[in-house]
Amino acid sequence: MTLPVPSRSLSALVALSACLLAACGDKADNAAPATPDAGATSAAMVIRLGHVAPLTGPQAHLGKDNENGARLAVDDLNAEHFMIGGVAAKFELLGEDDQADPRQATTVAQKLADSRVNAVIGHLNSGTTIPASRIYHDAGIVQVSPSATNPQYTRQGYKSAFRVFADDVQQGSVLGAFATGKLGVKRIAIIDDRTAYGQGLADEFEKAAKAAGATVVTREYTTDKATDFAAILTKVKSTSPDLLFYGGMDTQAGPMARQLKTLGVTVPMLFGDGACTVEFHKLAGDGAEGHYCSLPGVPLEKMAGGTAFRDRYKAKFNADIQLYAPYAYDAVRVVAEAMRKAGSTDAVKFLPELSAINYPGLTAEIAFDEKGDIRNAAVTLYQAKSGAWSPLETMGGQAAK
Amino acid sequence: MDIFIQQIINGLVLGSIYALVALGYTMVYGILGLINFAHGEVVMIGALTALTAIGLLVPAGLPGPVVVLGGLLIAIPVCMAVGFAIERIAYRPLRNAPRLAPLITAIGVSIVLQQLAMMGWGRNYHTFPPLLPATPHQLFGAAITDLQMLIVVVAAVLMAALVWLVTRTRLGRAMRATAENPAVARLMGVDVDRVISFTFVLGSALAAVAGVMVAANYSIAHYAMGFMLGLKAFTAAVLGGIGNLGGAMLGGLLLGIIESLGAGYIGDLTGGFLGSNYQDVFAFFVLILVLVFRPSGLMGEKVAERA
Repeated sequence: MTLPVPSRSLSALVALSACLLAACGDKADNAAPATPDAGATSAAMVIRLGHVAPLTGPQAHLGKDNENGARLAVDDLNAEHFMIGGVAAKFELLGEDDQADPRQATTVAQKLADSRVNAVIGHLNSGTTIPASRIYHDAGIVQVSPSATNPQYTRQGYKSAFRVFADDVQQGSVLGAFATGKLGVKRIAIIDDRTAYGQGLADEFEKAAKAAGATVVTREYTTDKATDFAAILTKVKSTSPDLLFYGGMDTQAGPMARQLKTLGVTVPMLFGDGACTVEFHKLAGDGAEGHYCSLPGVPLEKMAGGTAFRDRYKAKFNADIQLYAPYAYDAVRVVAEAMRKAGSTDAVKFLPELSAINYPGLTAEIAFDEKGDIRNAAVTLYQAKSGAWSPLETMGGQAAK
Repeated sequence: MDIFIQQIINGLVLGSIYALVALGYTMVYGILGLINFAHGEVVMIGALTALTAIGLLVPAGLPGPVVVLGGLLIAIPVCMAVGFAIERIAYRPLRNAPRLAPLITAIGVSIVLQQLAMMGWGRNYHTFPPLLPATPHQLFGAAITDLQMLIVVVAAVLMAALVWLVTRTRLGRAMRATAENPAVARLMGVDVDRVISFTFVLGSALAAVAGVMVAANYSIAHYAMGFMLGLKAFTAAVLGGIGNLGGAMLGGLLLGIIESLGAGYIGDLTGGFLGSNYQDVFAFFVLILVLVFRPSGLMGEKVAERA
């Protein structure tokens, strides 16, 4: 400190550091009543929920869908004059964009943590949810993801992390049970794309299938950027399997199904949720027919109030539900319910209520296990029939475990 | 045995595409001593242009092969124009600059083209509509589709035509003369600039064909597809001996077959120690082996004096 510091900039510095210490964040631009939970005595309590999903980039349609689901829940809560601790609660949704990018996800998470939101709904992808969860945990913010499936998310020892969607372990075991049971296959070939999602799901599937007595005749690998599968599919053909499982996304699964057909191989394929999309049919063309995929949850038509939800969603946003919107809706509702039970918006108070909750949600009866995963998660299996996935059966759910 | 034949067929189809792209690298290198890293992006532009054109042509209700041909006929001139522009804008001003400068420009052009394509066509994967029959024929117990046969045949015809052009025509002689010594060629009355432009245009036309082949065979195309394909084709060119036309063809076919056999048999050969995830490693390992024993590639003997 040999340089003389002008007194004005020094006092500004002091003010700034004081501000930082007090974590004043962006309160300034959000008006006075935003103080989260001191409002127990004021007339209307404001509850701020962060929502994070990719709103730009190739998955923007899914991200917007999640946000719409959460927004619908917030609007419903406000219309119902939801009461917490005898005080009318007013919910606000802060929608953020993580671009499906893990780095951006942590930046956004820090921003939400700094503005002291009461809870976070999100993120959409496993790859963004996991790094962000640490920031929320350290800031003492409850996080409920509507769609992240990688098991690691809830296995980091964070009490604050929840999900309302089946994880890859649950999905993998249902896929294994379906393959060995319903399809009755004995010889299984497995390909994965060497990503955290694809490999993880394939591993879980392999475990479940082997435990049920099936033989894995070959395990092959590709990448999430590959387009040529002729060589590995020929290898698969030489092992004459009854079923080919692929762990990965639709961008590989589609062309793979098509190339399988051009190789003259008629073995059925089985995919996880990553390939259980409309896009798969476009990419696979006439090679799609007859293959199977699984998607956690039950079809919207089978949910109690599912069709009503679909109509309300359509009326409000003038768009169709893409995939996870009902789960984002439930994520908001379940957080609100825990707050109501605790009579507080303080995470320390409502977290135990959330862990122990038993809430009849739109998508399922929501209850969490000790890790924060949804109990009795249902997984629905679909088969490709004339250019669309048609539901076959729902496994797991209330019956299993 | 039928599995082995199937892998050879897979390799031939893939290798034909590599060879077509590798020719673009090798022609430019042979004449300018420049590695045109943007060549892979020209393939990508060819594929995406053809897809867009096909998307517009499909509602006209023409038969599938006609629509694909239409897409190809639109993609070829577009790629030729792109190749011409790349040379004029990015390489010609640096013709007499140190060798490192055009190399860096080439990488820059590649990035620019990729980003432009991303802005134009978006980040999504584009699907090639199922216009061509995908039902396989049996050939010695292996399956091959009409399209795959067409790819191999078209690639072979184009390569033969190129060899004829370079060895038998006046323009080909001008190309060879420019490759040998541009200054002397100019003294002999060869319009060197025109020859160089023509080389880029020709390579880009082949790239357009390769792009359509890739999109049709693998049914998808997207803005980043050119990078890996370009790298593989460049590898093929080096394997065969860069600067040598026959070398590029041989290198392309060899690389395709090595990759297929590698993916198919590497697991059996190593007793399951290595799997198909080492497909690319295997291909590059062969490349290293070849270069250790024949540093100028399998057929590249003239390269030493130029480099």
